[in-house]
Amino acid sequence: MNFFLLTMLKAAAVAAALLTTLAYLQWIERKVIAHIQLRLGPYRVGPHGLLQPLADVIKLFTKEDLLPPHANRALFLAAPAVAVALALTSIAVIPFGPEVEIFGIRTYMQLTDLNIGILFLLAISSISVYSIAIAGWSSNNKYALLGSLRACAQMISYELPLALALASPLLLLNTLSLREIAELQQGFYFGFIPRWSIFQWPAPQLLAFVLFLIAAFAETNRIPFDLPEAESELVAGFHTEYSSMKFASFFMAEYANMITITALTTVLFLGGWHPPFPVEWGSSYVPSVVFAVAGAMALYHGLNPARRRDRLTLPVFCVVFFALAALFLTPFAQVYLVPLFWFIAKTGLLLFFFIWVRGTMPRFRYDQLMKFAWTSMFPLSIVNLFATALLVALFAQ
Amino acid sequence: MAVLLFFCFAAIAVLCAISVVMQRHPINSALSLIGVMLSLAVLYLLLGAEFIAAAQVIVYAGAVMVLFVFVIMLLNAGREERTGRSLPARWLGLPLLVVLGGLLVYFVRQTMPRSEPVIFGAFDEGEPRQVGRLLFTDYLLPFEVTSILVLVAILGAVILARKEIRR
Repeated sequence: MNFFLLTMLKAAAVAAALLTTLAYLQWIERKVIAHIQLRLGPYRVGPHGLLQPLADVIKLFTKEDLLPPHANRALFLAAPAVAVALALTSIAVIPFGPEVEIFGIRTYMQLTDLNIGILFLLAISSISVYSIAIAGWSSNNKYALLGSLRACAQMISYELPLALALASPLLLLNTLSLREIAELQQGFYFGFIPRWSIFQWPAPQLLAFVLFLIAAFAETNRIPFDLPEAESELVAGFHTEYSSMKFASFFMAEYANMITITALTTVLFLGGWHPPFPVEWGSSYVPSVVFAVAGAMALYHGLNPARRRDRLTLPVFCVVFFALAALFLTPFAQVYLVPLFWFIAKTGLLLFFFIWVRGTMPRFRYDQLMKFAWTSMFPLSIVNLFATALLVALFAQ
Repeated sequence: MAVLLFFCFAAIAVLCAISVVMQRHPINSALSLIGVMLSLAVLYLLLGAEFIAAAQVIVYAGAVMVLFVFVIMLLNAGREERTGRSLPARWLGLPLLVVLGGLLVYFVRQTMPRSEPVIFGAFDEGEPRQVGRLLFTDYLLPFEVTSILVLVAILGAVILARKEIRR
């Protein structure tokens, strides 16, 4: 098969997966936050609110599209398009799995492997500041302007510790290609400690991992660093004046950035698609067990329903989960789907962590935010970089 | 394909450069400058220098221009008043521009009479590893002098900003 067609197919698959995840991530977030706050969350549209994302999309499409009278028209319209385009582009260099062979075609579970993959992501993230800055500025609204000023200052400040924290695993693994980074974290020490960068000898990157994660919260404008859209002070920050699909674009961009940065964290620090314990200990049966347990739970709650509709919906979930468990037992799936499962599991856990923090942490004050970046994160990441460089120079082959 | 892309992005670069000067609003000028830098990055990419292209985007289009845009937004600079051009500018501007351009072309052709034609994608020494190695061996002194220069600039900025507060 020619290169062009294959790339188109892969791009279509990744885009479909990403957009579905985007929509459902928002549903998951609402559900998780609701349960943290002892509520039920979306429940009316579809079983357990599962069709809520669809309803939201229809709602956002059909809402009135407002243009503020004194806004800079061209820039006001361009900003959300740029935001969503950049956010969706950056997924292209993330490797999801190893080289696979389907119907005689060998390919990587990755859209493209640039030899400057990490730098590409940094370049995209440094450009995407403009979409927020321009959105706030062109709205001709003081809250939007203040929000975008805050966003700019925050993203510039946290890009430094982010880049420095990201540089130290690169020193350790000695490459800039994301696929090679993931491949170099294969294997185990003493047969059970995974060689992920957070554990890898001679310079375990645990500190870099924590710093990167904190900076990632700031880069994606999430609580506790969501000062750009602090609703108690700034109405909605930089997207105050946006409505309908233009608002949805910013929303999508935020969630796409979240997915990309957690996937990047997985590749850089958590070993990409490599399992947390060896195959000899049965790590390739974990997905089946997880899905079987989920299916059994759904079956139990379906047989003892708390609400009448659960008698119908939960057995359906049960069948789906058992089918997935059986699928992961077939030899075909063992090779292709198990790495993908580990990648998605790690990324999903990090995404859950993002949501969990949103449900539990209060917002920083603006001066605290800046002070934290420049007096704690920045020196710590420099120290970490130097220590890594020294350890690699002394002990690496 | 590469030639087509080259002319496309070269044209965008030139158009954006003209727009930097012609725009009346500072933020439009700044955005045009970003356009120039991004299309230059594409030109580097066409030549095969991926690292330089990424550095161009991260440093110039990202870091430097964000500060420009930030300051323009912070000061909320308005449209610039266009004053009527002075008499010498009106009459001598265009001829002088043509003469200057002609001189530039002439000197470039004089200094590099038969330079080899550029081949797209042929530059293969631009990998980050090689750039880093060169920076720490052949170009160590210029590299360190540049970093001291940057340090001096930072210190200067800090001291200037401090004086403002004390007053």
